[in-house]
Amino acid sequence: MSGEQAGAAVEVLAQPEFGDEPGTVRELLLGTWRGRFGLAVVALFAFMALFGKAIAPYPPDASSLDVLAPPSIHHLLGTTESGADVLSQVLVGARVSIVVGLAAAAISAVLGSTVGLVGGYFGGWTDRGLDALENWFLVIPTLPLMIVLARLLNPSLTVLIAVIGLTSWAGTGRIVRAQVLTLRERAFVERARALGAGDGYIIRKHILPNTLPLIFANTVLIVAVAILSEAALSFLGLGDPTRISWGTMLENAFESGAPSAQAWWYVIPPGLCITVLVLAISILGYLFEEHVNPRLREHG
Amino acid sequence: MSGRWLAGKVAAALLTFAFVLVFNFFLFRVMGDPTTQLARLPQATPEELQQLRHNYGLDKPLMGQFVDYVGDTGRLDLGLSQRSRQPVWSEIKDALPWTLLLVGTGTLLATVIGSWLGVVAATRRGKRTDDGLLGFSLFTYAAPEYWIGIILILVFAVWIPIFPSGLQVTPGVQFSGFFSNAWDVAKHLVLPATAMTLMLLGQYFLIMRSSMVDVLTEDFITVKRATGLPWERVVRRHAVPNALLPLVTLSAIQFGAVVGGAITIETIFSWPGLGELSFQAINDKDFPVLEGTFLVFSAGVILANLLADCLYFYLDPRVQSR
Repeated sequence: MSGEQAGAAVEVLAQPEFGDEPGTVRELLLGTWRGRFGLAVVALFAFMALFGKAIAPYPPDASSLDVLAPPSIHHLLGTTESGADVLSQVLVGARVSIVVGLAAAAISAVLGSTVGLVGGYFGGWTDRGLDALENWFLVIPTLPLMIVLARLLNPSLTVLIAVIGLTSWAGTGRIVRAQVLTLRERAFVERARALGAGDGYIIRKHILPNTLPLIFANTVLIVAVAILSEAALSFLGLGDPTRISWGTMLENAFESGAPSAQAWWYVIPPGLCITVLVLAISILGYLFEEHVNPRLREHG
Repeated sequence: MSGRWLAGKVAAALLTFAFVLVFNFFLFRVMGDPTTQLARLPQATPEELQQLRHNYGLDKPLMGQFVDYVGDTGRLDLGLSQRSRQPVWSEIKDALPWTLLLVGTGTLLATVIGSWLGVVAATRRGKRTDDGLLGFSLFTYAAPEYWIGIILILVFAVWIPIFPSGLQVTPGVQFSGFFSNAWDVAKHLVLPATAMTLMLLGQYFLIMRSSMVDVLTEDFITVKRATGLPWERVVRRHAVPNALLPLVTLSAIQFGAVVGGAITIETIFSWPGLGELSFQAINDKDFPVLEGTFLVFSAGVILANLLADCLYFYLDPRVQSR
């Protein structure tokens, strides 16, 4: 109770060390070539994820006798091995990639920041145990781990999200922990503690707000990694069999012998979508990271 | 002091591997009850299942099972593949050299080409060459390696058929000698190794570039230039050796990605290594094989990290004095 009041008084003194001066994020996104590119691509794919199904010229799984037909007026990106429209599949596939990317990154962010905050703030054996766990997840090869988990559970969208989220949080945990370790010793945190603020209050009001920008920047990068992971798992046949994603498209294209049929229109679009989206998200992530971490900024 | 540092690293590696064993044990024996996988016959009676559980020691207490498991793993007894009925270890032993050949070639090429391009870009910082190389490396970094692999097949095995699209040797051919055999394998290696190289190139390029940019702004480089040494010589003899150090750490961190790439790239090219073995195990739900390859992959990454630490220790005197 008194802790809350004391904390409120201290708030005036507490100067956030990191974070956004107003206007700069906007400048970052619109004022640089990289920011504009990233934003435009992400907006385009977000539109596809939301309205892909509505604007697709054909139902994505509608088969026809036009098997592996090259691009034409009827099928702008040609057809698949079952005669379905490639363009429609690409449009519809955006949703799975983006939903899995965002949901898995959210799980990873919550897990990573909780572990990092708790370990970094409380220290001691809690920290040592959590640090060992983090180390283990950092060392273990991620794709084989995801494969093993996805194979043991049965493939579905939820399993994909859970498996990717549960295996990709360790990097965030490490970064958050390092940040909390420096924040914990800062004068404004000590002042709050001296005035009687409790652990929960300090974490909520002082540690977390000063770590959030860092968590955010890191999570943006995790979204890119999660999209790549979903594609790889789906390509290996561990995706949700009831949904079309860019990864399952590549799997179907490869399994049906599209490369030897020279069906470039079937192979190139899904992979290019993955690449361009991952590139754009990574560029945004690095921009945020540079902005949040002044050490990187002066490095240029 | 330094001996203790190394001993600590070895102990940490062993501890991580012990963690892997415990994790594997729980994952495959407790979470997925092996008898449900062993007895795939739908008409297996409860008595038969009980007999199976007994044969495999699954009716023992958990701790006893774990001790058995660690002992078996120590003797490299990883069980039988459900598909081929061969011991898992003998399948792994056959596949391992092929993976090492592919991964070794890819890593070597990526390190050499990536760091060379990094030096080129850093010495032309901000120019068009630098921008172009940056764009190219970011693209290969974001592109799925199996997609690149499929495109390589489409272009260089189907459209312009100069390289084989899969397998490690031409099937059904009797080779007259070692060299004709090696030549055939080399031709089959070109496309998968290119895919692996392109996958790894970007990271090496980016690290080498930023490392070189750092070193080139240091005082001793300015001093060397002031003594009248030709610029090329300053770069080659003084800047590059100092900039190479971060690459050592990177190659260890990369190893996890290399393992992932081995799985997808070997699948694309039917390259008979551990990755292809894992892929078949995924399709057949062959859990003993999947468990075995996961164990070997983990051991490989742990070992690679340890080796990189040791290498770093010998290369960087600052670590030794700590």
